[in-house]
Amino acid sequence: MTLFGKLSWSAIPIDQPIPLITSIAIMLVILGVLAWATIKRWWPYLWREWITSVDHKRIGVMYCVLGLVMLIRGFADAIMMRTQQAAAINAPGYLPPEHYDQIFSAHGTIMIFFGAMPLVIGTMNFVIPLQLGVRDVAFPTLNSTGFWLTATGALLVNMSLLIGEFSRAGWLPYPPLSEGRYSPGVGVDYYLWAIQIAGVGTLMTGINLVTTILKMRAPGMSYLRMPMFCWTSLASNMLIVAAFPILTATLAMLTLDRYLGFHFFTNEAGGNMMMFVNLIWAWGHPEVYILILPAFGIFSEVFSTFSSKPLFGYRSMVAATLFICIVSFMVWLHHFFTMGAGADVNAAFGIATSIIAVGTGVKIYNWLFTMYRGRIRFETPMLWALGFIVTFVLGGITGVLLAVPPADFVLHNSMFLVAHFHNVIIGGVVFGVFAGLTYWFPKAFGFRLHEGWGQAAFWFSLTGFVIVFGPLYVLGLEGMTRRLQHVEVAEWTPWLLISVAGVGVMVIGMLCQIMQLIVSIRNRDQLRDPTGDPWDGRSLEWYTLSPPPYFNFAVLPDVHGEEAYWTTKRGAIERERLAPEPDYQPIHMPVNNATGFVTAFFATLIGFALIWHIWWLAILGFVGAYATFVIFAWRDREEYEIGVDELRATERERRRAREAWLGLEPSA
Amino acid sequence: MSAASAQPGGEQARRLHDPYKLGRSDTGHERGEATGHGKGGPASKRIITGYGFWIFLLSDIVMFSAFFAAYAVLAAETAGGPSGRDLFDLSNVAIETALLLASSFTCGLASIATQRREMLQTQAWLLVTGLLGFAFVALEVREFAGMIEHGAGPQRSAFLSSFFALVGCHGLHVSVGLLWLGTMMAQLWVKDFRPAILRRLLCFNLFWHALDIIWIGIFTIVYLIGSGL
Repeated sequence: MTLFGKLSWSAIPIDQPIPLITSIAIMLVILGVLAWATIKRWWPYLWREWITSVDHKRIGVMYCVLGLVMLIRGFADAIMMRTQQAAAINAPGYLPPEHYDQIFSAHGTIMIFFGAMPLVIGTMNFVIPLQLGVRDVAFPTLNSTGFWLTATGALLVNMSLLIGEFSRAGWLPYPPLSEGRYSPGVGVDYYLWAIQIAGVGTLMTGINLVTTILKMRAPGMSYLRMPMFCWTSLASNMLIVAAFPILTATLAMLTLDRYLGFHFFTNEAGGNMMMFVNLIWAWGHPEVYILILPAFGIFSEVFSTFSSKPLFGYRSMVAATLFICIVSFMVWLHHFFTMGAGADVNAAFGIATSIIAVGTGVKIYNWLFTMYRGRIRFETPMLWALGFIVTFVLGGITGVLLAVPPADFVLHNSMFLVAHFHNVIIGGVVFGVFAGLTYWFPKAFGFRLHEGWGQAAFWFSLTGFVIVFGPLYVLGLEGMTRRLQHVEVAEWTPWLLISVAGVGVMVIGMLCQIMQLIVSIRNRDQLRDPTGDPWDGRSLEWYTLSPPPYFNFAVLPDVHGEEAYWTTKRGAIERERLAPEPDYQPIHMPVNNATGFVTAFFATLIGFALIWHIWWLAILGFVGAYATFVIFAWRDREEYEIGVDELRATERERRRAREAWLGLEPSA
Repeated sequence: MSAASAQPGGEQARRLHDPYKLGRSDTGHERGEATGHGKGGPASKRIITGYGFWIFLLSDIVMFSAFFAAYAVLAAETAGGPSGRDLFDLSNVAIETALLLASSFTCGLASIATQRREMLQTQAWLLVTGLLGFAFVALEVREFAGMIEHGAGPQRSAFLSSFFALVGCHGLHVSVGLLWLGTMMAQLWVKDFRPAILRRLLCFNLFWHALDIIWIGIFTIVYLIGSGL
């Protein structure tokens, strides 16, 4: 046994130019950013206000930044896959098989765990306390820890680019391929520890947000007065609490197989590889609803706001959400009808899968009726929402098609499946997140995003998306299976070429998003939102200033009716004045602390050490993590008081802004 | 206060604004519990912490259920090796069970002493809880070592893999609980009965009893049924 376990200089892929150059470029960018922050002397500010922050809004923003960066990384993988397949028709292409296999594994892993999840969780983190009319989440430090552990997972996956290799076993590492005998390298270990650590972070967030929604709401905010986004987030976080522990257990079993020679999923000694597939999908299917339900919530907010109408069928929407939440646990077997469970079992799961579409159908009709006879404003969030309805219905229909077991036997593992789940995940989750980012950006930063670039981004993304994934449906029907490093069927050529052309359009869409951000930041003074309510909103996040003070509300709002803020706003307009100024009472806010960041630092050491079998470093990491825990538990000061003066000043600023905007008589 | 709360009228206005009797507070300053009816605003810290910890325990039980499921699938897969009937020593398991249940009882006694704010009694019962827990872990380690010595380690068969993982996962939980307990005893000694420490003691109690519940499952499904197979 050596000091550095399996780690040696041969882990650096000097003979493979693509990962080497990419990782050197990434490192240069990171070093450049770090140097820039050092030159500008930003570190004290970043450390105090962001890295150690326990403010749910800051953590939400950091989650979204992480998600967007990883979305670009995953998109780069996608570009390589599409171009490789277009180039490798009766030819080797430019990516050797062992590298191509890492790319499609990394693409799926990164997009789901480090792109979509942080974006969705970041949005929930930012919005939920504001919509509930409270000042923070239930466990602020746990929130920070959850974020930094997710970042640790992302870091480990990206480290595999330069040090060693990533998994070649797909985004879900099916055994026996992922077992030590067939994947002896560190790739699967990178996957296991990165996902395990990030999964613990996600579980922490799930527990935190469930507790927040169920136990911390503004006075008068009964369950049936919560905004729809809070309902779908509640369902999503309950799914996290119920599903992520299964992932933890399943990955732990595979880890025991690989590290200690256990026989959970091996070919010999009675191991059962199909048990892995069952267990992983018992998590995996709820996972897709963990992603899509908050997106449904975002669309509900957007449709209602931009149609200037209350959400149609609020209670049926709540019922449909909870229905989906429960039934999502009863359909996992449709991911492997071909296992051979028999016609009865397959029929049961096929029917359950079709039934779950009923809940979604209820939602689609509710959104359509919300728009019916509404005064619709076609701004960027609304465009994403409209694009979503069209694409998601199509994706849903192909999903119901795949739910029919005989059809699935033909289409299983084909490009048709690939097209289907990209259709629902991009058209649903990604469009939803983009709608949400545009919608809540002014709340987070105090200025709107540029409308023109946003609309351009939408149209290019939508068009590109249709051009990329439309042909993949055709290819699937023509018999092309997924994950092919090269193809040998000449008839597929035109479809593969159309698809790769669509990638170009999507790239333009992405560039428009980046331009939108740059242009908006440069013109932030013109785009400033002085009102705190740029879209004529209906829920409590628009009640406070943009950006909100760190305590969100100087006095917790008192909720009357389903649309808490709308009721208040209409009342003020009718009376032509705001309510009299309230009594201020001192409030308490949690003190920022570095526990989350330091824990994640040690978690990175632990993960890296376990991947490379550097046992002493792993022990060191555990001792460090425990010490961090003890130091945190020992602190004497948990909260600090905010005096009445500061609260009064903030609240008066809010009232002045509100009076100016609504044309009310000044009160003070 | 928000605009709406300044609206005139007492009971009648409230009925008008709350036709479905969903309920709301009159002042917005109550510090009671948040209920489904939305009275009173955010719950107290004690409620929030306890509730959050319950949710964590539920997630932990879900994790155990995955290990239970794996055990149920693999229990018969002995690959020609020893089965539960050959390996399990029920008298040892009975002692383990007794130790764990007794430690739960003393844990409860500690929480009674905590309510009376009696430091020495609390510490004494927590110490007894820890010692009983330690004895449980020691017996389990001895059982595992004995099995491995006789060639019945986790690498022998899928049955043994799932057995070691399930029972070991519980043992790991107890061990982590012991570490937590020791830390908390030191903290309690230094910092006295503070609200934050009282909340942690509450959570520890929940955790320790939850481990008992899981052990009952292991005792029944793994040992009792297994030794009959």
